[in-house]
Amino acid sequence: MGREGEVVAQLMPAFEREHPGVHVRVQQIPWTAAHEKLLTAFVGDATPDIAMLGNTWVPEFVALDALEAVDAHVSASRAITQADFFAGSWNTNVVAGTAYGVPWYVDTRVLFYRTDLLKAAGYDSMPNTWAAWHEAMLRVKARMGPRQYPLLIPTNEWPPPVILGLQNGAPLLRDNGLYSWFSDPRFRQAFDFYVGLFRDGLAPKVSGTEVSNLYQEFARGNIAMYISGPWQIGEFRSRIPAESQGTWMTAPLPGPNGPGVSMAGGASLVLFRKSARKTDAWKLVEYLSRPDVQLQFYALTGDLPTSRAAWNDTTLANNRYARAFRDQLDRMVPLPPVPEWEQIATKVFEYGEQAIRGRLTVDATLGALDRDVNGLLEKRRWMAERTAAVPRGR
Amino acid sequence: MPAEGTNAAWLFVAPALVLIFVFFFLPVAASLLLSLTDFDIYAVASSENTRFVALHNYAQLFRTPLFWSSLRNTFYFAIVGGPLTIAVSLGAALLLNAKMVRWRSFFRTVYFTPFVTTLVAVAIVWRYLYHTRYGLLNYALGSLGVGPVDWLGDPHWAMPAIIVMAVWKNFGYNMLIFIAGLQSIPEELYDAANVDGASPVRQFLSVTLPMLGPTLLFVAVITMIGYFQLFAEPYVMTQGGPLRSTTSVVLYMYEEGFRWWRLGYAAAIAFVLFIVILIATLIQIRIQREQ
Repeated sequence: MGREGEVVAQLMPAFEREHPGVHVRVQQIPWTAAHEKLLTAFVGDATPDIAMLGNTWVPEFVALDALEAVDAHVSASRAITQADFFAGSWNTNVVAGTAYGVPWYVDTRVLFYRTDLLKAAGYDSMPNTWAAWHEAMLRVKARMGPRQYPLLIPTNEWPPPVILGLQNGAPLLRDNGLYSWFSDPRFRQAFDFYVGLFRDGLAPKVSGTEVSNLYQEFARGNIAMYISGPWQIGEFRSRIPAESQGTWMTAPLPGPNGPGVSMAGGASLVLFRKSARKTDAWKLVEYLSRPDVQLQFYALTGDLPTSRAAWNDTTLANNRYARAFRDQLDRMVPLPPVPEWEQIATKVFEYGEQAIRGRLTVDATLGALDRDVNGLLEKRRWMAERTAAVPRGR
Repeated sequence: MPAEGTNAAWLFVAPALVLIFVFFFLPVAASLLLSLTDFDIYAVASSENTRFVALHNYAQLFRTPLFWSSLRNTFYFAIVGGPLTIAVSLGAALLLNAKMVRWRSFFRTVYFTPFVTTLVAVAIVWRYLYHTRYGLLNYALGSLGVGPVDWLGDPHWAMPAIIVMAVWKNFGYNMLIFIAGLQSIPEELYDAANVDGASPVRQFLSVTLPMLGPTLLFVAVITMIGYFQLFAEPYVMTQGGPLRSTTSVVLYMYEEGFRWWRLGYAAAIAFVLFIVILIATLIQIRIQREQ
C-alpha cells in the first residue's frame, strides 16, 4: 500500500536475481481501499502469498485466522532471528503469544520542537520528565502572544492521550483485551495530565483540520512543539523555509519519571495461511529484512528500518533528526492487540474532546468511555466464553 | 380480459419478474435477516460466530446519538436541497423552452453535462472553488466585501456547501424531464390565457404548474428518494466532517458496515432508511393527490 507499494517493485529485480526461479508480482493498492480489498480477498479465498499489513490490522487478520504463524519460520531461519528487531516492533505482531508477522518498517512518535524558542525560555534541550516538560511549556508560553501555543496536539488524534497512558503504565484494556480499563488510576492520571495541557492554555483546542498549514505555524513560532512520526522529517525539511531550517529538532518523548515510552506503529510483512508458496514468500521476507536492503528501502521511502543492524550505518547514524527516533525505538510498546482497537481509539479521542472542551469531567469521561468500550468488546467476551466452554482435545 | 390473454400476459412478464425476484427481493430479504444478527468481523472468520439478536441492532441504533444526527443531516439536505434542485431545474427548463431561445440543443447539453460528469472529478474542482484562501467563491465574496468563509471546515457552512454542489450536479436530469413535460402542454391553453389578458406570471401559475402536476410529482419523488440516499458528496468532499455535520445516514451505514465490519448493524440502518424513504414518498404522493 501507499508509497511503500510504489517503491518496493524496485527492490524485486535484485531479489529475483538471487533466487532464480522465483518471480514476484507486486500489486499495489491505495490505503483507503486496502482494508476492504484484503477482507474481500479473504472471503473469496484469493489472498496473496505475502502482504504488507499495518500493525493495527494484524490482530484483525489473526482473528480471521488468515495469517501464518512465523515462529517456526524464524527459528528455522539462518538469516533472521527475533533479536535482530527492536522488541517494541516485534511485539506488535504477537497475538496470544504467537508471532504472525515480521516488522518491515517502524513508525513511532517523538517531539518535534523549536530549539530557539526553548533556548529563549532557558532550556538547552528538551526535558525528559512530565513535570519538567510542563514547566518548560509554561516558560515558553510566558514569552508567547495570545494566539500562540507551546504544544500542538490536535483534539481529533488519539495517539497523544493513549501514549501518555501507556507511559504511565496503563494497559488500557484488561483480562486479555476483554474489558475496558480506562478508569485505571494510572490512565486517569495520564488523562488528567493530557486535559490539563489544554486547561492551562499550553495547547490550542483545535482539531487537525482546523490547522491550515502546520509547517507555516511552526516556522512562525505560533507552535513550539508537535508530536509526530518519521515522515515529518522529510516534510519539515521541505516545507519549512530555508532560513528557519536550523531552528528545529526532534527529541524523545518525556515520561512521568524519566524518558517515556512511545507507541510502536509501522507495518509488517505477513504470510497468508492459504498460500501455496510459503517457502518462497519466506525467502522474500528474509531478503527484505536484510540490513542493506532495509537501508535501500529507507533511502527510497524515508521509512525507518526495523532491523537493529541497519541503524549502525552512517546514513542513519548521521541523520541528526533520526537520533531521537533511534533512542525512542528502544522504548516502544505495542497497542492492545484486539481487532476492535480502531473503534476503541476513535472513542478515546471523541470522549477526549468532550473532556477538553469542559463538557464532561475527567471521571465522567473515563466512565462513559469504559461503558462504550465494554459494549464494543462484548462480542469478544462472548467468544472467549464459548471457547472456554468447549472441552479441550476436541 | 379472456383467460388466455391473462396467461399470455403472465408469460411475458415472467422473465422480468424472475430477475427482479432473484436480484432484488432475495437480497433484500437476506439483508433483513442479516439485520437481525450481529454479523461482524468474527463472523466473517467463521459463521458460527453469528448470533441471532432479533431487534437488538435496531434498539442500539435508536440509542446512538450519531444515528439521530446523521438522520437530521440527511433531512436537512433533502428538505433544502430537494426543492432547490427542482426549482432550479424547472427554471432552466422554462428558459430553454422559451420561444426566443436559439441553439437550444447546445444549452441543453451544457446544462446536462454536470449530471454525467464523474463525481470525483467534480469534487476535486469544487474543493478548489471552496478553498478558504484560494477559492473562487471566497474571491467573489471578497470583491463584494464579504469576509472569507471556511466552506468545508465550518460545521455551519459545510452542509450548505454540499447542497450547492449537489444542486449544480443534479439539476440537469430533472431539467430534461421538465422540458418534456412543458412540451406536452398544448399551445392552445397559452393562447387562450393570452386572449384573457393573463400576465406571464399568471400563465405560469394557472396553466404551466397545474399541467405539470404529474411531472412535478414524479420529479419530486425521484429527487427525494435520491437525496435521502446522500453518500458520495460528503464521502469525497468532507468525509462526514467537520464535527460530523455532513454525515448522512448512508455514510454512517458505510462506516459501520465497511470500516468496522458490523454488517448486521449496517443492515439495520439500511432498513430504517428504507422505512423513512417509504414514509416520505407516501406523504408526498398523498399531498400531491390532494392538490
